[in-house]
Amino acid sequence: MASALTTARNPLVIPVVALAVLFGALPPFVSTYELSLANEVLIFALLAMSIDVLAGYAGRVSLGHGAIFGISTYVVIYWTSIMGGSAWVGCLLGIVAATLAAGIFALLAARVSGVYFLLLTLALGMIVWGVCLRWTSVTGGENGIRGSGRPDIIADPTVFYYLTLATVLALTVVIWRFVHSPFGLTLRGIRDSESRMRSLGYGVATHILLAFTITGFFAGVAGALYALFNNFVSPSTVQLAQSVEGLLMAIIGGIGTLFGSFIGAAAIILLENFVSQYTERWQMILGFTFIGAMIFAPEGILGGLRKLFARRTGQQRADSKV
Amino acid sequence: MSGLNLVQVLNGLTFAALLFIVASGFTLIFGLLRIVNLAHGALYLFGGYIGYTVVGATGNFVLGVLASMVSIAGLGLFIDQALLRFVRGFPLREVLLTLGVAFVLNDLALVIWGGDTFSVQIPEFLRGAVRIGGVFYPKYRLFVLFLGILTFIALWFLINKTRLGALIRAGVDDAEMVEAMGINIRRVFLATSMLGTSLAGLGGTVGGAFLTLYPTADSEILVFSLAIVIIGGSGSLVGAAVGALLVGMLNTIGQVMFPELAYFVIFGPMAVLLAFRPMGLFGRAS
Repeated sequence: MASALTTARNPLVIPVVALAVLFGALPPFVSTYELSLANEVLIFALLAMSIDVLAGYAGRVSLGHGAIFGISTYVVIYWTSIMGGSAWVGCLLGIVAATLAAGIFALLAARVSGVYFLLLTLALGMIVWGVCLRWTSVTGGENGIRGSGRPDIIADPTVFYYLTLATVLALTVVIWRFVHSPFGLTLRGIRDSESRMRSLGYGVATHILLAFTITGFFAGVAGALYALFNNFVSPSTVQLAQSVEGLLMAIIGGIGTLFGSFIGAAAIILLENFVSQYTERWQMILGFTFIGAMIFAPEGILGGLRKLFARRTGQQRADSKV
Repeated sequence: MSGLNLVQVLNGLTFAALLFIVASGFTLIFGLLRIVNLAHGALYLFGGYIGYTVVGATGNFVLGVLASMVSIAGLGLFIDQALLRFVRGFPLREVLLTLGVAFVLNDLALVIWGGDTFSVQIPEFLRGAVRIGGVFYPKYRLFVLFLGILTFIALWFLINKTRLGALIRAGVDDAEMVEAMGINIRRVFLATSMLGTSLAGLGGTVGGAFLTLYPTADSEILVFSLAIVIIGGSGSLVGAAVGALLVGMLNTIGQVMFPELAYFVIFGPMAVLLAFRPMGLFGRAS
């Protein structure tokens, strides 16, 4: 066990320290606007990681996590601006709401896999979107709700940036430990052979249910951070494009690599920002990027590198599901 | 519930008929090709816009319907031949690719037709209302109901009584075996794919005349289609019909009883059904 721990810890320390140094050293060198981009990258990396846990480790590709993320954002903004409550309690409520929503999604989706799972999470996510769009008296409909600003302690963008960085890195460690725990290994077993795990006596549906709910918690934290960051919420926060962007980030980074989510999030957000300077056709670019990624690079950046590395060292690696 | 009068029942039925037209195409492709075409909603919207443009230019409704069916079938062919061929055999990559296509098409529609709401012009002889059971009801919506039933009968006949239908059914069960019998299953696939997408075009033009066309209409139709296929089971025509009736009626009841939460109402039956039959009412485990 001791040796397992040390070998298991080593690959974690380097990327986390690297991320901490890279993102931590950023503030003095960049403009406020660029800092807000980096902040957004961190938040979406967390969302992408929550999707990656299911897609890369449990073999379940979800298109509902954007909605779970957005539920948290809605609750935080609603609590702080309509109810006039404190932002911290709001965040807590938002995260709880997202986790609960994920639990409900999971109850329905845990028994199916593959394309059916994707469809079901897609449909559930879009129902959330539909409700947010039409339930005007609560959600403000298409106009959305404006927040009441961040609490004074974290009002400064740099302070808030460090809070985001600390939260995201801490959760990265948690997620990493989670997928490398016995529970995580069981998830991987389910990904590779559901029937074998079943005959070994593992409750497949229970594991997926738990994993889905836990990833909902991570997405909820990301959503709460986004509420503090953006200070505004509208149906576009819960729309399908949100789930799609999150998934695309996980895919671009490399499904099942976890740290790839940071690369993917940075790539997509920088691309979106770059493209937006020249054209309003981001949706189209997003669509083309998705098509391109599916045809040319389904393993993503880290996945591709890892495969290359594995081939050189002659190691065998299970193919990712996407 | 007492507030549900004949007009609302008819509204539910006509909406269900339109949903059936769209969802039957979706389920056909899903059942045979095992491809979940998430661009189906976008194809619906695109078809609607094309129908709107053609009807507006020529004043001929039938021509508009045909134009949208043919062009959407062509688009379906393009998606299948130019894009999906690269990812065949990877179901998840196929689905996600069609999702990318949906984003591109939706944005393209926004570029071409803008963000305004359009309504396909209704032909002269279908305008106005007729009297049924003491209420006046728009002729056009009854026509949609009729068209939905006609589509069901035509598809049922096609699937159950023709050679192509026999091949489709055989292909659903075991595509490899059909191929081994010396039949070019790829051509059957292509025909089904074009038939399925042309139904999206039909739905777009017909639906665009009473539901109107606007940039998020594709997502809404897609959710309904998904719900119908989840409820009815993939590849089942009867399942799509039952699902469409259920979703169409529930949506109407929902709109009457909880106007703001109508969307949530279709979630109920989906949830109950999934708890007991994850593959849908008429679906079979593959």
